[in-house]
Amino acid sequence: MPFIPHTKADVERMLATIGVDSVEKLFEEIPQSLRSAPLAGVPDALNEQQVLRLMRERAEQDGRFLNFLGAGAYEHHIPAAVWELTTRGEFYTAYTPYQPEASQGTLQMLYEFQSMIASLTGMEVANASLYDGASGLAEAILMAVRLHGGSRRIVLPETVHPVYRKVVHTIVRAQSIELDVVPSGDDGVVDPAEVAARMRGAAALVIPMPNFFGRLEALGELATVAKEAGALSIGLVNPVACAWLAPPGEWGPGCDIAVGEGQPLGAPLSSGGPYFGFLAARQAHVRQMPGRIVGRTVDIDGKEAFTLTLQAREQHIRRSKATSNICTNQGLLVTAATIHMALLGPAGLRGVAMASHANTARLVARLTRIPGVRNAFPGAPIFHEALLRLDVPVGDVLRALEAQGILGGYAVGEHYPRWADGLLVCATEAKTDADIELFATHLERIVSKRRLDPPCAYKDS
Amino acid sequence: MLIFEHSEPGRINAAQVPAVGACAADVPEAFLRRKPLLLPEVSELQAVRHYTRLSQRNFAIDTHFYPLGSCTMKYNPRASNAAAMLPGFLARHPLSPESTGQGFLACLFELQEILKDVTGMKGVSLTPMAGAQGEFAGVAMIRAYHEARGDNARTEILIPRAAHGTNPATAVMCGYTVREIDVDADGDVDVEALKKAVGPQTAGLMLTNPSTLGVFDRHIEEVARLVHGAGGLLYYDGANLNAILGRVKPGDMGFDVIHLNLHKTFSTPHGGGGPGAGPVGVGERLLPFLPVPFVGERNGQYHWITEKLRPQSIGRLSAHMGNAGVLLRAYVYARLLGRKGMSRVADYAVLNANYLFERLTALGYAAAYPGRRATHEFLLTLKDLKEKTTVTATDVAKRLLDKGFHAPTVYFPLMVPECLLIEPTETESLDDLDAFVGAMAEIWSDAHTAVDVLKNAPQKLPVRRVDEVRAARDLDLVWRQAR
Repeated sequence: MPFIPHTKADVERMLATIGVDSVEKLFEEIPQSLRSAPLAGVPDALNEQQVLRLMRERAEQDGRFLNFLGAGAYEHHIPAAVWELTTRGEFYTAYTPYQPEASQGTLQMLYEFQSMIASLTGMEVANASLYDGASGLAEAILMAVRLHGGSRRIVLPETVHPVYRKVVHTIVRAQSIELDVVPSGDDGVVDPAEVAARMRGAAALVIPMPNFFGRLEALGELATVAKEAGALSIGLVNPVACAWLAPPGEWGPGCDIAVGEGQPLGAPLSSGGPYFGFLAARQAHVRQMPGRIVGRTVDIDGKEAFTLTLQAREQHIRRSKATSNICTNQGLLVTAATIHMALLGPAGLRGVAMASHANTARLVARLTRIPGVRNAFPGAPIFHEALLRLDVPVGDVLRALEAQGILGGYAVGEHYPRWADGLLVCATEAKTDADIELFATHLERIVSKRRLDPPCAYKDS
Repeated sequence: MLIFEHSEPGRINAAQVPAVGACAADVPEAFLRRKPLLLPEVSELQAVRHYTRLSQRNFAIDTHFYPLGSCTMKYNPRASNAAAMLPGFLARHPLSPESTGQGFLACLFELQEILKDVTGMKGVSLTPMAGAQGEFAGVAMIRAYHEARGDNARTEILIPRAAHGTNPATAVMCGYTVREIDVDADGDVDVEALKKAVGPQTAGLMLTNPSTLGVFDRHIEEVARLVHGAGGLLYYDGANLNAILGRVKPGDMGFDVIHLNLHKTFSTPHGGGGPGAGPVGVGERLLPFLPVPFVGERNGQYHWITEKLRPQSIGRLSAHMGNAGVLLRAYVYARLLGRKGMSRVADYAVLNANYLFERLTALGYAAAYPGRRATHEFLLTLKDLKEKTTVTATDVAKRLLDKGFHAPTVYFPLMVPECLLIEPTETESLDDLDAFVGAMAEIWSDAHTAVDVLKNAPQKLPVRRVDEVRAARDLDLVWRQAR
């Protein structure tokens, strides 16, 4: 049997030691009526060679695409060393570091991660990860409600990732938390005056950077608006952006909580996961942070040592009074992110941010030369993602591009009827000028053909 | 030494600098970062050496026997990793159309079917990202079910005292109050106490079976009758599913909803604390409420089932569809085991545990529930040993580390004093079990003759006992340059 090392002789010796004559006997406390029928729905075993062949075929079946999709998950180069090291058995097959003496490697790595995230976000402390950006935002909101202690209303711009807003709703709805969604202006950002009008009596304001359209909101003004209303501010950020653009700690009076999706820091796209969420905050708020936190201390000889700390916040100690139910988090992805950030360094990560932005600027400039394609927010500041508007149906264009091996972006119309003609595009540092030109060439033909000869499907030979 | 202490200003790892030139003048100055970014400036070799050395300061399944109770630290097959890391899987963007993901979706659909079978459930959603999120999804579905029936008087979730802390924490996140139920002297749920606790206010009961006390709850059918009779639903915490995999299906025990920990039962790596995956399975009544998205199939084509097709769904739990790469690893594991292999997991997990239980109690270690069969794990208590010798569960745990074995789970469940929860899993060989027994025999002997050896353990690890009080008092959570 796969992965079971017992010989027949072993089993006999073990049964004799236990004093029973069969393995069946070991299940005698389970009522007979509950013992199962065979597993009809599990297929017969394959050996490793067969499984890997099947998986190779399935991985290849889906083909390779030139990808201009972003919308919360970004294709960045990941240094080769990152996953070589991350999948070392000593990281890959370790448990949560509950026994600190036997887990100093993971614990020190987590401490380094917390330090990197705190600096990146401009905050004082960080935790050791949450599941992902969307559920992380829900945790940040719950933390803000605990810290505020009065209001349960959260002001949430419509420009926050629409799926994040759904996830937040799923997670916080049972705790009577109200999500007050601020509509976006025609310029793709929220109006600080309108936000200010809604802040009275609110617990917190969420401020995305960049927002779902890649737009840069009036960050300092919004953080100030929240503070003046006696509410907390939650910066929802792309961590790569923070290497170049002002992080939440630098917005106006500084945010109280920074949270985000860690995927751009070394996690492959992988159909959506595993990624990780990060959360950073002011030191004064550390006892309301969810999730694991590592501290540096000493051992009994006074030697530097690391351990999980402030565990009295957590479910295994506090049970129903815990700050969150989170237990297992995304430790391995944090390992990858820590190594990723160490290999890139400050100049490298800033370089990735600037190169991604530059490529997107090139992409937008090239695509908007095509008749029928325009920038939704011309001249407005963005980071590495932009909303285009097409004068032919976006869905048809995307299908035609797919036939040419190109994923041309994300159609935002489902979530934003106002921009039913909107296509969100992104080019990270992983794209070349030739990639951009190829996309533009196909888009140009598809758009012009659609205009001249709608609406039959178009496929280039 | 921290990675930051290897750093020198101006050192650039040129191989990782993007080729694209920066022409980013369009972002106004006011949006730019002002404070320096304190990432290390190290060479690639320095980074590789640093993190390789850090890895060597860990215990891991690949290097050590890891009998951590309720954590199921079984071998993580390398094939699972190799398959999930195939470039085609890694490169796929989560918002790619279904047409570009048929191979990927086929794996997920088949995994859903496999999990339905092993749990005896009618529907499965793979989207929860860990056990605790699976619990959240499960209890949220219970709530949605009662609400859909207009039954709003149910405000309470019942939880046995021995349950994982995630259970009560989850119930509170779902807006419920928690009532804890005692267990009886044999470790089963106290049925008399349960009878008094159930009523029209009962939304449901969360139960792990076998329980965290390491025994199978023999009253489970009566427990199910009582809770269902009061109009509540039964939640199965799959933390200990390894004990019954292929032997008993939770659906047959009467459970309405279950989560699995694929990072336990389906052998995906723990990764130093995640990622996990906590799929949920449900019976007929909860089908409309499953979290989205999950995979459907029509004429051999796979597609996502979203809130459009499931308007009563509790909704989404992550930005995309959960921990896809973990799910692929679990799928590969399931295919490698196959029907026969999977139906023997519990056999050998339980055989290993009962063998260790017999050997350790023969040495003198006291069972918390003598007379009960071990399941895939068992609970020892050192209460008497501590009274006689002052040796605590911590002392034993730390000395085991010196001897090259990871410690069992200690001080959990909280209700049993000085306890060790030991789970060997099915992938350990008899030789390794015997070596562990040998170490425990030496510790038993030292406890009676050389207590200092235990009190001073560990001696051979990178650090000795860690000052956790100081860690919580003088918080040092991030490195700062000036230090």
